[in-house]
Amino acid sequence: MLVDALIVLAKAVLALAWTLLLALFLTWVERKESAVIQDRVGANRASVMGLRLFGLFQPLADAIKMFFKEDFTPSFAQRALHRLAPALSFFFVSVTVVAVPFGDTVHLFGRAVPLQVVDLSAAVLFALAMLSLGTYGILVSGWASASRFALIGSLRGAAQLISYEAALGLSLVGLVMVFPSLSLARIVEAQGGLLFGFLPRWGVFLQPLGFAVFYIAGMAGTKRVPFDMPEGESEIIGFYTEYGGLKFGLFMFADFLEVIVLAVLSTTLFFGGWQVPWLGGEGFAFPWGGRLALAPWAVSALRVLAFNLKVLFFCWLQVLTRWTYPRFRYDQVMDLGWKVLVPLGVVNILATGLVLAAR
Amino acid sequence: MSGAWTAVKEILRGTGITARHFFVNMGLHTLGLFGVRTKRRGAVTIQYPEVRKPLAPRHRSLHRLRPRGDGRPSCVACMLCVTVCPAECITVEAAEDPDPEVQKAPARFVVDLDRCCFCGFCVEACPVDAIRMDTGEIRLASTERADFARRLDRP
Repeated sequence: MLVDALIVLAKAVLALAWTLLLALFLTWVERKESAVIQDRVGANRASVMGLRLFGLFQPLADAIKMFFKEDFTPSFAQRALHRLAPALSFFFVSVTVVAVPFGDTVHLFGRAVPLQVVDLSAAVLFALAMLSLGTYGILVSGWASASRFALIGSLRGAAQLISYEAALGLSLVGLVMVFPSLSLARIVEAQGGLLFGFLPRWGVFLQPLGFAVFYIAGMAGTKRVPFDMPEGESEIIGFYTEYGGLKFGLFMFADFLEVIVLAVLSTTLFFGGWQVPWLGGEGFAFPWGGRLALAPWAVSALRVLAFNLKVLFFCWLQVLTRWTYPRFRYDQVMDLGWKVLVPLGVVNILATGLVLAAR
Repeated sequence: MSGAWTAVKEILRGTGITARHFFVNMGLHTLGLFGVRTKRRGAVTIQYPEVRKPLAPRHRSLHRLRPRGDGRPSCVACMLCVTVCPAECITVEAAEDPDPEVQKAPARFVVDLDRCCFCGFCVEACPVDAIRMDTGEIRLASTERADFARRLDRP
């Protein structure tokens, strides 16, 4: 019993630490990737004892700078809420990773350990709920700042997030119909088979429209360019306005965590999670007849690796998107949400239902 | 409806352009890391303090006084540069030169870099070609105001 509790605790700490580390270095990825896209070099000066490593120490330097900044609260702000808001944003995003399976079940010392912190039976709903609750971080920060700019920014952000929450939920209904389960572990397991004998049975091949709607709505949920209506760091003022130092850092960190959460959810729901194409429990069985036997530990390692690579790919794709498109106008954001994505989500549900009924 | 397709097409094309830049530049960076010299580099950045862009031959940088044969500046303290300077940044104190052929030499020749606008008029006005702006020194920043009053008559 105690061992079980310890295992769960270890997995929780591992998952959280890994996500936070990834978010920390995602700031580096963001800076470097944008630089490479724009024919620049990017941050490369931070060094430890002359060792630069392509600026890999930059996130640590930034973190140290954030820690030593003044923890400032404006005199007109509501102190308690002002303090609470970044923590709310951060908590609701970071807690989502708990429900995600990052590998199959490994057998250690005669004990089956599923590589997932908790297998919630309604994990899809849990993830959606946590992403929706993130809105409170924005609303509370705008309210507590008692500044008109921050309040307007936070209302803009809340309106955007709530609009896209509808599309996000609708896009997942089709997926839940195809893999009849709300548990992320079941959904990933269901994506292990093959379609037409060669295509991995991933969500994206069964629900291409659902994935498109989910990904675009998710991008809007991360509040980054092209959907950075709530912040608009370059000119329109957003809900961060009255924040500085580590509190602002926490907001920024929550943003990067949202990128990771979207990458993780895209991977888990639509790209097979930890599934490697044609890799079964005993090794590869290629559709053209080849076989490659692998030890169980190698299979597990490959699956964890595949999961991480897929997550990194989606993080990369989101950074690429962020540095490609200019910001939408506010009415365009609302049009895209309510007049395009929500109808497409409904069409997707109807089409999925028809196909499932006709089968 | 056709507008929507155009939008989707253009969105994908935009991603294609940035992705192409990313992969081409990453390839060039990787080649550079292994010491392969390519005609095009991964980034147009010049890593400034370590790598310098060559200055143009006519570039006007920090002033210097050209020495004459015995090592002392060839300035004859005629005050023409002081007169022509639009920023009034040059101060020259004349003194007698031991050489009777030269008559005058600067006791103090100070350029106030806080005021200098690097127009180069002093160089053009000088009758003995004593002052020049060809040192190539462009890092003139300092945290002390006194550092900007440069004595040019002694090294």
